[in-house]
Amino acid sequence: MPKQNPRTLFDKVWDSHVVEKLPDGTCVLYIDRHLVHEVTSPQAFEGLRMAGRKVRRPDATIAVVDHNIHTTDRSLPIVEEDSRIQVETLERNVVDFGVPYFPLRDARQGIVHVIGPEQGISLPGFTIVCGDSHTSTHGAMGALAFGIGTSEVEHVLATQTLLQKPAKNMLVRVDGKLAHGCTAKDIVLAIIGRIGTAGGTGHVIEFGGEAIRALDMSGRMTVCNMSIEAGARAGMIAPDDVTFAYIKGRPFAPQGEAFDHAVAYWRTLPSDDGAVYDTTVVLNAAELVPQVTWGTSPETVAPITGVVPDPEAADDEAKRVQLRRMLSYMGLTAGQKLSDIPIDVVFIGSCTNSRIEDLRAAADVLRGRKIAERVRGMVVPGSGLIKQQAEAEGLDRVFIEAGLEWREAGCSMCLGMNPDKIKSGERCASTSNRNFEGRQGQGGRTHLLSPAMAAAAAVKGHLTDVREFV
Amino acid sequence: MTPFTILTGVAAPLPLANVDTDKIIPARFLKTIKRTGLGVHLFDTLRYDETGAERPEFVLNQPAYRHAEILVAHENFGCGSSREHAPWALLDFGIRCVIAPDFADIFHNNCFKNGILPVRLPREVCDQLIEDSKLGGNARITVDLERQVVVRPDGTEVHFEIDAFRKNSLLHGLDDIGQTLQHAPAIDGFESREKTEKSWMPAISVG
Repeated sequence: MPKQNPRTLFDKVWDSHVVEKLPDGTCVLYIDRHLVHEVTSPQAFEGLRMAGRKVRRPDATIAVVDHNIHTTDRSLPIVEEDSRIQVETLERNVVDFGVPYFPLRDARQGIVHVIGPEQGISLPGFTIVCGDSHTSTHGAMGALAFGIGTSEVEHVLATQTLLQKPAKNMLVRVDGKLAHGCTAKDIVLAIIGRIGTAGGTGHVIEFGGEAIRALDMSGRMTVCNMSIEAGARAGMIAPDDVTFAYIKGRPFAPQGEAFDHAVAYWRTLPSDDGAVYDTTVVLNAAELVPQVTWGTSPETVAPITGVVPDPEAADDEAKRVQLRRMLSYMGLTAGQKLSDIPIDVVFIGSCTNSRIEDLRAAADVLRGRKIAERVRGMVVPGSGLIKQQAEAEGLDRVFIEAGLEWREAGCSMCLGMNPDKIKSGERCASTSNRNFEGRQGQGGRTHLLSPAMAAAAAVKGHLTDVREFV
Repeated sequence: MTPFTILTGVAAPLPLANVDTDKIIPARFLKTIKRTGLGVHLFDTLRYDETGAERPEFVLNQPAYRHAEILVAHENFGCGSSREHAPWALLDFGIRCVIAPDFADIFHNNCFKNGILPVRLPREVCDQLIEDSKLGGNARITVDLERQVVVRPDGTEVHFEIDAFRKNSLLHGLDDIGQTLQHAPAIDGFESREKTEKSWMPAISVG
C-alpha cells in the first residue's frame, strides 16, 4: 500500500465514511448513529410518510424525549398541549417506523446527548448526527458528531447518509495542569472567549494537550458540547484508555471479543504525528481562573475576578451598539465586579453539565451548607440512570438539605421550551451552554459557569469565586 | 422545494452581528409539528414588546419592509441551534435570501434545504447594501443565482461565490433525498463492506 500522508482524527473518521465523492467535492457520507428527539423530528417523519419512504436503519437509530417535557412528577401527564402533541407524535412515529425508543417513564430516558454515551450508543470512530446542535458532545468519544436540521434528519432516516463537504481541521491544544478550582467548563468557556463564537466556523475542532488528556469522559463531553458555541461544526477528542474503560460493559457497546476487536480499531484513530491543521490555538490550563459569562453571547466571558467591560472601549460603532444593548439587557454596568452580581436562580443541569461527575462537584460545594434565601435552585440530572446513581450516593439529600429542588431528567431550564423557565428580569447562574437573550425564558438573564461555581453562587446569593469553597 | 433563480425585491437592513437562532425564532415557538405558520413569530422579541404589540422601530414593522424578501445583516448570522424553524420562519415571512459576511454552518446548510439563498459578501459590501436598503421600497435589489451576482439599485453588480452542487439544487428545486437515492447501490455496497470489516459493530434494539 502506498504511504499515506499523516491524517488527523477528523480526516480518518471522515475518509472511512465516504460512500461516494461527487465531482464538485460533495460527499455522500455514511452515518453510523442517528439520535432523534421530539422537537426536530415530526416534520421529518411526516416527509417520509408523504413520500412513502421507510427508515433505512432503525437498528442505527434511537429516539428519546427530552426538550419539552416536565421535570417534575413523571406519573403526571404533560400539561402543555403543544408539548404533549409533539411527544405523542414521536411515540406514534417510532411505532410506525420501528425506531427504538426510550419513553418518558423509562429509567434510560434522559437528555439525548447524555444517554448516547451512557448507553454505549456513541462510540469512537463513528459518525453521529442528531437534530440538535449540541450533538458535538459525542465527539468526546472520538466520534465525528454534529447537529443537523430537520430536512437532514429526514435525509438520514431515508438514506442513512448526508451530503456534506469536509470541514477544515483546527487544533485547540490545552497545555499544563488545570488550575485550582477550574473544570472542563472553565476550559471551554476560556476557549470560546479566546476564539469567539465564529472562531470555529467551517472547522472541526480537535481538543488535545495535557489538560484535555487529564479530563475524565464527563469533562471531555462538556468541552466538546460547547464546540458549537465557538462556531465549530464539531469537536473531537482522540480516544484513549480513558475512553475505552468508559465504554466497556455499556449496554449497546460491543461486548467480549467484539469489544477487543473494536478497541484494536479505535487505537488507529488518533491523529498521526505530523498531521496538519489549518488552524492551531494554544491555551495554558495552569493560568485559568474560574470563568463566567456577563453578556448575551457565550464569547462574552471573563474570569470571576474580573469586571463588566466598558462598551465604549470597543473598536467600532457596531460593536459598541451591540455591547450597550447586551449590558442593558443584562442589567449590568461597565466596571461592575462580576463577583458582586446578585442572582435569583441557579440551574444545575443540561447536556453540558448534568452527568454524575457534575452533580458530585456541585454537591461537594453544597454539603452542609444552605443556599441564600433569595435564590431558587434546581438540580436536573441528565438521565434517569444518573438520578438513580446520585440518589444511591446521597447527593439528592445534599441538594434538598441545601434548599435546592431535585428533579427528573430532561433539558429543563436550558432552553425555555418546557415548564422550567426563569421570569423576565430574573438572573440565573446556569451550567448550561447558551446565554442568548430569552434563552432560559423571555426577558431572563443568564450567566454561564461550571457546576461548582453555580453551587457557590447559590450559597452566596451572588456570583462568586468557587476557590473560596474548595 | 421551490427553485431559486432570480429574485428582485425589497431588502431589509438588519445591521447586527451574531443574530442567533433564538433571536430568529425563540424556543417556545418550536412546539409545532408543521413547517408553516412560523412567520408571525419571526424575530419575536425584536419585533414585539411584552404586551405583544409591534415595536415600531423594528425594521420588519416599518411599512417599507413589511414585504421584504431579502435580509442584509452582519457577521455570524444564524449562530446557535440547529433548529430548521429558523429558515422556516424566514421563509414563512417571505424572506428568500439573506446576505451577510458569514453564516453559522448549520443555519447555512438549513437555508439550502428550504429554497433560501444565503449569500456571503464582504462586510464592506454588506454595509453598502445596508445603506442601499435604507432607501426602502424605492431601492430594489436583484439576486441572480445563475450569474452569481447581486445587483444594487444603481445597477452595480457584485459577484458572490457559491458551492456548485448547492447552486444546481437551488436553481432546479431538487430534492436532496431524491438525488442521494441515485447512489443507493453505492450505499448498499458500503453497508455490506462495513458488515465484514466492522463486524464488532452492535445493532440498537430496545426490548
